[in-house]
Amino acid sequence: MAIGIRTLDLRKVYTSPPPAAAQGRNLGFTMAHGPKGPNRQKFKIVALDGVSLEVHAGEIFGLLGPNGAGKTTAIGVLTTRVRPTAGQAWIGPHEVWKDPVAVKHLIGVVPQRPNLDFALTAREVLLFHGAYFGVAAAERARRAQALLEQFKLSDRADQLMLGYSGGMLQRLSIARALMHDPEVLFLDEPSAGLDPQTRLLLWEIVREYNRRGKTILLTTHNMEEADALSDRLAIVDHGRIIASGTPAQLKSSIPGGFLLRLKFDASPPDFVRALQGLAGVREVRCDGAGEVDLYADRSGSLVPEIISLASGARLSLRDIHIAEPSLENLFLHHTGRSLRE
Amino acid sequence: MNLKTFLALLSRDARVARRNFVPLLIQVLLQPMLFVFIFGRVMTSSGFLPNEYKSLLLPGIIAISMVLCGIQAVAMPLITEFQFTKEIEDRLLAPMAIEWLAVEKVLAGVIQSLAAGLVVIPAAWLIMGSGVDLSLHRPLVFALIALQASLLAATAGLTLGCTVGPTQIGLLFTLVLGPMIFFGCTYYPWSALQNFPLLQKVVLINPLVYACEGFRSALVPQFPHLSSGVTLSVLSVFDLALMLLGLRQFRRKAIT
Repeated sequence: MAIGIRTLDLRKVYTSPPPAAAQGRNLGFTMAHGPKGPNRQKFKIVALDGVSLEVHAGEIFGLLGPNGAGKTTAIGVLTTRVRPTAGQAWIGPHEVWKDPVAVKHLIGVVPQRPNLDFALTAREVLLFHGAYFGVAAAERARRAQALLEQFKLSDRADQLMLGYSGGMLQRLSIARALMHDPEVLFLDEPSAGLDPQTRLLLWEIVREYNRRGKTILLTTHNMEEADALSDRLAIVDHGRIIASGTPAQLKSSIPGGFLLRLKFDASPPDFVRALQGLAGVREVRCDGAGEVDLYADRSGSLVPEIISLASGARLSLRDIHIAEPSLENLFLHHTGRSLRE
Repeated sequence: MNLKTFLALLSRDARVARRNFVPLLIQVLLQPMLFVFIFGRVMTSSGFLPNEYKSLLLPGIIAISMVLCGIQAVAMPLITEFQFTKEIEDRLLAPMAIEWLAVEKVLAGVIQSLAAGLVVIPAAWLIMGSGVDLSLHRPLVFALIALQASLLAATAGLTLGCTVGPTQIGLLFTLVLGPMIFFGCTYYPWSALQNFPLLQKVVLINPLVYACEGFRSALVPQFPHLSSGVTLSVLSVFDLALMLLGLRQFRRKAIT
């Protein structure tokens, strides 16, 4: 039974700072108050601005966007942790804010920052999590041991987590979310803080979990990750979805999506101008010493034309690399900003 | 409610409490025990206080120990778990309505508060030496007062734990718990305030007054005390009000 996810016009406006920032405002204990009356500046952050999306049952769906785009809030709403200001969300047949308990049965959540129960050992974190979901004791112990081994945590499984590294905590949070075998898995920036090797392990685990028919929604600001993992994805910025589709569809939707990195023995200005004049070429960047980056909306078919131009100018082409259209280019195209900014 | 989940949460708290209960007891009981030693032993044996003061003091000490233990057992973990690390998140995602987590916290607090009471009675008795004149002639009233006092502590812990931030813990002790203890009829009966009529009325907003007076009515009825009917009914009102307020604060804190 695979379960899909759907949202309709979700809006979330924060009118007070999130709890961690709000300390000191409670109980009137603090003496310092901001200006009162009409001049008082109201706290207002629009985190989600009408998000409608549909994640099909059994697919890996990525939410790609820069920090502060609203990805975590979207996950918060879908996982019963953030009450939307307006709009609706469903996990399978259950509307999240009408039947949160049914929803909680179906979902597993890996938060952006590990929020592990520090009063417990790593193994206890898994065992108790399983117990909350009614997993039988023997099965709990078996699953916990298997996950600890899979995530390379068995050495220190029976210690409190005080000395754990960031990567270990992150791995344990992922293991915890899998303990009750949820139908829908939410991963909020799952590979943040993981080394490249563990990231690949995580990707493999995500794919493997998905092969079992589970639906996965992950957020990331890493294009490579979104591209490698997602069946479909949505690009989010300022609380709005600015584009969605399969990675290939999205990438082919932008003009000049291809990047041809060329290396000649020299790059005189006339030659660069000639390259600029080729059909489909959007932009040519040149370092003046023979290395030329050419942005174009076609790739392979340009190569013979480039070679003939080069031989006409008595230049020889020494190296060529064609980069497929990337999500980075797409984000740049839609927002005018780089994801990395 | 999902009973399996509820019990799993309770056993999680039991596991953690087993690790932390001795430090918690020391933290909570040391001061009352020192008070017992100085006022119940030193001052009485040197003749500055009459020997009867021992019996008068003990019910107050029981009440204060239970209340402090219950408040701290519930409030302190909540304050940290709701903070930046959001340790409570995993339990909020457990498959039941989040309010049950608050109820579970209260139940765990009640148990710890009762345990503190069980420890403090023999301990204080031992420290004070001979001359403590307690009678358990009303066991039902005693049990009810003990239950309500522990419930008071745990619900107050829930309310405070979901209201106070980590930077305000110091203020919590100075502004809330300090005055509550000293104006709580802990070390003296309520009737002792008769020369301060205004104060005597004002302290009635302090729920600790009813816990102390309730224990007095159950254990040392030879001293003046508020009637157990009054203390039991006022305590149940406080318990209910603090539970509702605590749940509201919990909900606010848990869902953004």
